Amino acid sequence: MILTLAFRNLFHDRIRLAVTLVGILFSIVLVAVQLGLYLGASNMITANIDHAKADLWITVYGAKSFEDGGMLLTSRERHQALATPGVKAVIPLIVRFAEWRKPEGGSTRVVIVGSDAEDGGLEPFNLVEGTWEDIKAPEAVAVDRTYFNELGIKGIGDTAQIANGRVRVRAITDGVRSFTQSPYTYTTLNRARSLFGDSDGTTFYLVQTVPGADIKKVQHELEGRLDGAEVLTQAEFRDRSLKQWLFRTGAGVALIGGALLGSLVGTVIVAQTLYSSTKDHLGEFATLRALGSSSGYIYKVILAQAGISAVVGYALGISIALIILVLSHNTALPMVMTPGLAFWLFTLTVGMCAISALSAIVKVTKIDPAVVFNR
Amino acid sequence: MSDQPQPVLEAIDIVKELGSGAGKVRAVKGASIKLIPGELTLLMGPSGSGKTTLLSILGCILSPTSGTLRVAGTSTDRLNSEELADLRRKHMGFIFQSYNLFPTLTALENVRIALDVRGQKGFAAANRSEEVLRDVGLAYRLKSYPGNLSGGEQQRVAVARAIASSPSIVLADEPTAALDGENGHAVMALLARIAKEQHRSVLAVTHDPRTLSYADRVVRIEDGRIVGEERRPEGLDAPEIADLTKRRKAHA
Repeated sequence: MILTLAFRNLFHDRIRLAVTLVGILFSIVLVAVQLGLYLGASNMITANIDHAKADLWITVYGAKSFEDGGMLLTSRERHQALATPGVKAVIPLIVRFAEWRKPEGGSTRVVIVGSDAEDGGLEPFNLVEGTWEDIKAPEAVAVDRTYFNELGIKGIGDTAQIANGRVRVRAITDGVRSFTQSPYTYTTLNRARSLFGDSDGTTFYLVQTVPGADIKKVQHELEGRLDGAEVLTQAEFRDRSLKQWLFRTGAGVALIGGALLGSLVGTVIVAQTLYSSTKDHLGEFATLRALGSSSGYIYKVILAQAGISAVVGYALGISIALIILVLSHNTALPMVMTPGLAFWLFTLTVGMCAISALSAIVKVTKIDPAVVFNR
Repeated sequence: MSDQPQPVLEAIDIVKELGSGAGKVRAVKGASIKLIPGELTLLMGPSGSGKTTLLSILGCILSPTSGTLRVAGTSTDRLNSEELADLRRKHMGFIFQSYNLFPTLTALENVRIALDVRGQKGFAAANRSEEVLRDVGLAYRLKSYPGNLSGGEQQRVAVARAIASSPSIVLADEPTAALDGENGHAVMALLARIAKEQHRSVLAVTHDPRTLSYADRVVRIEDGRIVGEERRPEGLDAPEIADLTKRRKAHA
């Protein structure tokens, strides 16, 4: 009967129910979009780090992110690293901003990612056209199809000018987006070097350790040997890149702030409507009390009302969020929805509604059953 | 040993002050009353005489300022609001002047909710609700909402709700006030039947003279004090009492 009464109380006043559901829906969509974008941005920032087969990253001292390097490391550091116990391989990786001059004029900034697949470090992922073998061809690069317009190209075979040389698109990736909005352009290590006119420099060294090696111990050993370079675990470098782009630039704070604001607005709207609903049904709650119901019984009715609102509001909100997810797929900043985020959003909705119910519960706690004789 | 049946509710020297400071009013001034199983007692008095306040105290809804209230042998002194609710749940059923039905629940559900708060759920509760609604003559209105019921029907749903859990005490506040003559008589006849056949103590607060003929006992209250008590002569049933009342009125 608790659920029946809660359900009837809610659906009795459909306008108020609609306001409640719109409040929850607005809140859930806003939080889902903000957190979905946050996750999307996080994935974009760390995608290359996550796909690299490295236990440790050697960077120049103070490197803030994957894109923030020069070509300041040399083969000297590589040899020092290779001589360190526990190190199996040290793979050079070039990551550097460059100017992409479009075939029909104009230019845009890109991030050149140069590495050799044979080394087993980082190779372009999500290839949908062409292979790594195609990228080995003279002048070959791989770009993401999302950025065709920005790069002024239409597909395989198109050419452009980067720094010192010409490049030709030989492979295409899908969904490899850049948080900096400078498209990643994958090529071989040597071509990257030749484009920048540097025969030895590199941005990172990806360190692979021998099986069973203590990675922390190898890290400390490398730190002792390499002056002016930092040695980070994959997780440390990941965190550093996320901090740089999401928190130092304020982008992440804005997204999380939006999510918090959404939760707050949703809570206030639901609290207001639940409170007014409880106020309208106060006489009925007083009757229940006079009939001998415990306070707990009445709290359960109010919480059930909040719970029903949460479930219906969540179902509507997540449906709209999923539509936005699909629509955002081909944009520069696609939203991400994971089962974990969906579950977290549900928990948030239920929590939000439960908190909203508090004001109504406080109101009903003060109820005087004697009012039943004055109705 | 006395043959007098044990009272199921006993109030001794009840005083109730309402308000505070200069606005303080003594609404009940030392009232004592006993409710006996199988009796329909009327608490009668003019408006403002304190009858509803006394009913609220007897129903453990208001606490007396002083005096003793015992329900089924349990003193209500020092009981908190949850314990008082528990006492109401176990021993009392209420009928209100304005019926106080839940407008969003059907007649059947309105009765079921009174069982639900007592922890009686499922088919047993549904069957019992249907049974009492049939008993008050509403078998054909089980799924009707209060808005679709007449005043008399609504009050009968309220009576069914009050008796569904088989409480030993039924307290009614002006049960006929909002009803026309025919429905008023029907509800009073129902209350009298509940008292007699189900051996419950029924106390109805009223100032409706139409109800007199159904009473086993009439307790009169004026200005917060019990000023008199009349008992129906032994051997007379309700219709005979009604005739007697008519004859007395004609003679007067």
